[in-house]
Amino acid sequence: MLISLDDRLSFEKSKRGRRAVRLPASRFSEAKPLETIPQCLLRQTSIGFPELSEPDIVRHFINLSRKNFSVDTHFYPLGSCTMKYNPKINEWAARQAKFAALHPLQVESTAQGTMEVLSELEEGLKEISGMDAFTLQPAAGAHGELTGMMLVRAYHASRRETHRTKVLVPDSSHGTNPASAALFGYHVVEIKSNSLGCVDMEDLKSHLDEHVACLMLTNPNTLGLFEKNILEITRLVHEKGGLLYYDGANLNPLLGIARPGDMGFDIIHINLHKTFSTPHGGGGPGAGPVGVKKHLMPFLPGPLVSKTKEGYRWVSPGPRSIGRVKLFHGNIGVILRAYAYLKTLGKEGLRKVSEAAILNANYMKEKLKDTFTVATVGPCMHEFVLSLKSFGAYGVHAGDVGKRLLDFGFHAPTVHFPLVVSEALMIEPTETEAIETLDRFIDTMKLIAKEIVADPEMIKTAPHTLPVRRPDDVLAARKPILSYRDQVREKVLLAEAVA
Amino acid sequence: MPYLSLTEEERKAILGEIGVRSFDDLIKDIPLSLRDPKIVLPAALSEPEVQDLITKLGRKNTTTQDALSFLGAGSYEHFIPAAAMEIVGRQEFMTAYTPYQPEASQGTLQAIYEYQSLMTELTGLDVSNASHYDGATALAEAALVALKQTDRPTILISRSVHPHYLETIRTYLAGTPYKVEELGFDVKGNFDRSALAAKLDATVAGVIFQTPNFFGNVEDLEGVSEQIHANGSLMILTANPLSLGLFKSPGEWGADIAAGEGQPLGLAMQFGGPYLGYFVASKALMRRIPGRLAGLTTDADGKRAFCLTLQAREQHIRRERAGSNICSNQALCALAACAYMTLLGKAGIREIAEINWDRATYLRSQISKIKNFEVDTAQTVFNEFRVKSKKSFQKIEEKCMKQGIFPGVSLEKFYPEMKDQFLVCATETKSKEDLDRFVEVLSQC
Repeated sequence: MLISLDDRLSFEKSKRGRRAVRLPASRFSEAKPLETIPQCLLRQTSIGFPELSEPDIVRHFINLSRKNFSVDTHFYPLGSCTMKYNPKINEWAARQAKFAALHPLQVESTAQGTMEVLSELEEGLKEISGMDAFTLQPAAGAHGELTGMMLVRAYHASRRETHRTKVLVPDSSHGTNPASAALFGYHVVEIKSNSLGCVDMEDLKSHLDEHVACLMLTNPNTLGLFEKNILEITRLVHEKGGLLYYDGANLNPLLGIARPGDMGFDIIHINLHKTFSTPHGGGGPGAGPVGVKKHLMPFLPGPLVSKTKEGYRWVSPGPRSIGRVKLFHGNIGVILRAYAYLKTLGKEGLRKVSEAAILNANYMKEKLKDTFTVATVGPCMHEFVLSLKSFGAYGVHAGDVGKRLLDFGFHAPTVHFPLVVSEALMIEPTETEAIETLDRFIDTMKLIAKEIVADPEMIKTAPHTLPVRRPDDVLAARKPILSYRDQVREKVLLAEAVA
Repeated sequence: MPYLSLTEEERKAILGEIGVRSFDDLIKDIPLSLRDPKIVLPAALSEPEVQDLITKLGRKNTTTQDALSFLGAGSYEHFIPAAAMEIVGRQEFMTAYTPYQPEASQGTLQAIYEYQSLMTELTGLDVSNASHYDGATALAEAALVALKQTDRPTILISRSVHPHYLETIRTYLAGTPYKVEELGFDVKGNFDRSALAAKLDATVAGVIFQTPNFFGNVEDLEGVSEQIHANGSLMILTANPLSLGLFKSPGEWGADIAAGEGQPLGLAMQFGGPYLGYFVASKALMRRIPGRLAGLTTDADGKRAFCLTLQAREQHIRRERAGSNICSNQALCALAACAYMTLLGKAGIREIAEINWDRATYLRSQISKIKNFEVDTAQTVFNEFRVKSKKSFQKIEEKCMKQGIFPGVSLEKFYPEMKDQFLVCATETKSKEDLDRFVEVLSQC
């Protein structure tokens, strides 16, 4: 099926005098803006927005949407991103005017329904994670990490332990972990993975001293392994006075099975846009609620929602709070979706989700282990990593296999990550995929393995069926064209015109 | 569970394929002492039960559609075109991930690129990122960019900037070697020029202003960028993007960075989020901009293509040396703003700004005529203004709410010295009858 060939920008479709939305013509004030407002405050330059009719605009965007792979149209086994199905009841809830048309500064008594949602979701997250309190303010996982690092800093400062300047992160961690820690001056120390892919206990011990502020850990880690020494890890760090931060990006296989709070973590964030099924939106919005144990509660950002006899209230945090990390109360629309999901799961659904996620991943790993090299030994949790290194002789990289998968209607796995595995393909099927889909993917991977041997060049130049092929990112970075203005300035015209 | 397709037979077959006897064999790395925690949660609900629950919870809210609302202060009630809602509702946009695979994400990438293009047009600055979390965090990142770019330790910020933004910046910089200094405002609520001259010294990395500021005043920033630049500092401006259809843009004021809240561009209020942090900067700061950037390039066949670019700035490449830690952003909110701005078009963006100005100016003029309330009719505002009352605001609020009106946001909550003062906002959503009714109710307070 042909997707529109018209790849012009809205700006390039513009024609002078066309209009879409019509606005009220009536004016109430006797004053006229151009006569009343001082000249020095008025805009002098014109705004180069496109001029289009509504039908043109709708067709423009709907055709753009068709140039996307998405969970609703394709299998999307992107490791560590938990691209599970996004239930439509969640969208229905978020669209209800009774929630969408609520102003954040309304008097509490007029927002009791939403405040109940916030409070109930907090209670649910506390139960599932084993933590004592949550803030719902952080807007994403990385924002949660940032909040977590602020909590770490405030906690140590309150104990006059400002000499704690080191944050430990495993070499298999997500890039946000070291970036979050370094942003405000922590010295990041990388802990090696052992030959099995878990935290190397000897390396960890060698870095544990009175300067350690925190260890950030993803568990299961990015290789899909549960850190089986977790209780010893948390004990060792605590013994040295450090805190434990749990990166919740990989929480999906632990629902109802094990809790970060019980493992000894002091602070965690949960990606509602992963484990709690809210859509990724092409990059966001997500939500990254942060949970803490009792000893860190005084430092949480505020205000916090509180259930009282008179209903739900906003409560200001105490003097030791790190302060607000965001405008208003958080990504409420995302939180509402997660709440609907939690209600649908219920207590009995939690474990079913995680079991299915683990079963699906192990099934795929088992079926692919003879064709590709599995980076780890033994069962995995929700995801696993394949290495392409046995195909090295053909000059084909993991990224090339990802591109070839697109030709078969599968989104690529996460490629070339984690960094501890060469030529890595990180695969996370999630629990919502049917076995037939997994089988089709497995068969395709096996076919691609044959293609690599038979025609490596074809793999290296894939994809061959999509609207574009291998955009030149070196050119894009060397000569950045980041807006239509840049195009006009640099005279970068339509491809047809260039050709 | 409605979203799983695994049958009991398939489950057994999978366990057999994997070669384990029970599921527990797959999780044997999890210490036994951690397994099967006691979790107290209500039982699962069916979909009709969830719908019923959400509907009942919704009834406990009194929304701005149930009441006549004059609330603003950083979140604004605006008309959203139906076409914009349909576009954002497209699940191909909504259920996609960050466009790491450009071939499979040209839709998202082109939409981001168009959003960036629209934002550069609107703000008059050179380079827009793909979005940030919200206005407060975008502004905090702008402060960080200024601190790093100038290698100086101080951020000067006007106290007429939204108090949540100010507090967020303070949170971000607490415990670091950086410090935040405030610039006061005059009796009208405009930033204090003499304080700027006094505080602008060699330690100042950047100066942050808001226009229209928290009190609704359009700030006169004539000569300010020259003064700041002469000091080697950066000028950071946070503006209501909708006001830029009528008022001078950050680019025209000489700002180096425009960062703030994009919610007025077609996003519902949603009790505070998700919103849209916008971040637009001068070309000189391009490589310090936080977050994703979509760029135009050509593909292997010479065709036009879009991709994420300048990724060497970002955490997934640079790890602890990244300028910002942002990963997920607010892409779908940027798409909403993109659709909104495209639907308004060149003429519409100007008209909507004029209508907002008209509604607020009319309402303010009407309020100036009633006793017990004081407004400054000489001050230029956009869609929001400060009202001083001789009566207690709490009483006024109670009386208005009995009439189904949210009269505005108390300023005393944010500035203890502003007793019985409040912010009133009137956008294009208000009819003349709405405004007259509000004035009528106020006059009886």
